[in-house]
Amino acid sequence: MATKAKSAAKEIPAAERDPHGEPLAVQEKKELEAAPEPEHPGRSYLPYTDIYETEEALIVVMEIPGVARDAVDIQLERDVLTVRAGVDFSKYSELRPVYTEYNVGNFSRSFRLSGTFDAEAITAKVADGVLTLELPKQSQARAQRIPVG
Amino acid sequence: MITRVTNPFDALLRLQRALDATRESRWLQPTTSARGAYPLVNVFQQGDDFVLVAEVPGVRKDQVEIQVLKNQVRLSGTKAPVFGDDTAVHRRERSSGVFDRIVSLPVEIDAKGVKAECHDGLLAVFMPRAVHERPQTIKIQ
Repeated sequence: MATKAKSAAKEIPAAERDPHGEPLAVQEKKELEAAPEPEHPGRSYLPYTDIYETEEALIVVMEIPGVARDAVDIQLERDVLTVRAGVDFSKYSELRPVYTEYNVGNFSRSFRLSGTFDAEAITAKVADGVLTLELPKQSQARAQRIPVG
Repeated sequence: MITRVTNPFDALLRLQRALDATRESRWLQPTTSARGAYPLVNVFQQGDDFVLVAEVPGVRKDQVEIQVLKNQVRLSGTKAPVFGDDTAVHRRERSSGVFDRIVSLPVEIDAKGVKAECHDGLLAVFMPRAVHERPQTIKIQ
């Protein structure tokens, strides 16, 4: 069996290979149905998103495969967080599709946040097609421990 | 007169239509049984050669393994989102788990010439046709 990277053909450790023991099911891309309709034709997709909270911050994690770091636009207006991500389709120009299972489009999604966050303090990073936003909580929104006197 | 302006949205729309047109393609049908297993793949032709593209957001380069045998490509690996300790989860939509998929092409692949890239959550496998599968040009006498 010839692999491209023969030298690097190391086995994925069993623990890495099987974190939850679950085979991955396909998540069909959810198409965005915007109302009112956008002025440009074509489709946009809703990125699959995880949102969780730590003591200091709210973390929003979005899957935006095919989007370069500089094509991500993040806005926070009052309590609505909007993320738009433009997919880089220029590399498809030389390719002729013969068999396809998914379509390609820009990503867009908004969330109404409970609580107030400082737009200036949001940090964002993109790695392996995943956008991670960290929204630090303002001090009054943090849980305070009240000592019983 | 309407002047045709090249506009990036046109290009995207054209790409989306082209991808849709091959959605029902039976090109791989007799050989690949698993349409729709993870990861979903798009196969393109580039000259005589083929390019397979799959969306694998959150999968690091070292979490994927690609194997090639004759006309088959096997993609296997792990997708494991990282959650910190001590977190309260509000919304959980991203999938996680393991995958293992074999895609069979109609022609044999030159395994030594296969190149793979994993950037921005896109896995691309460039697969040149095996030498004996290359078309021969016949000179008309």
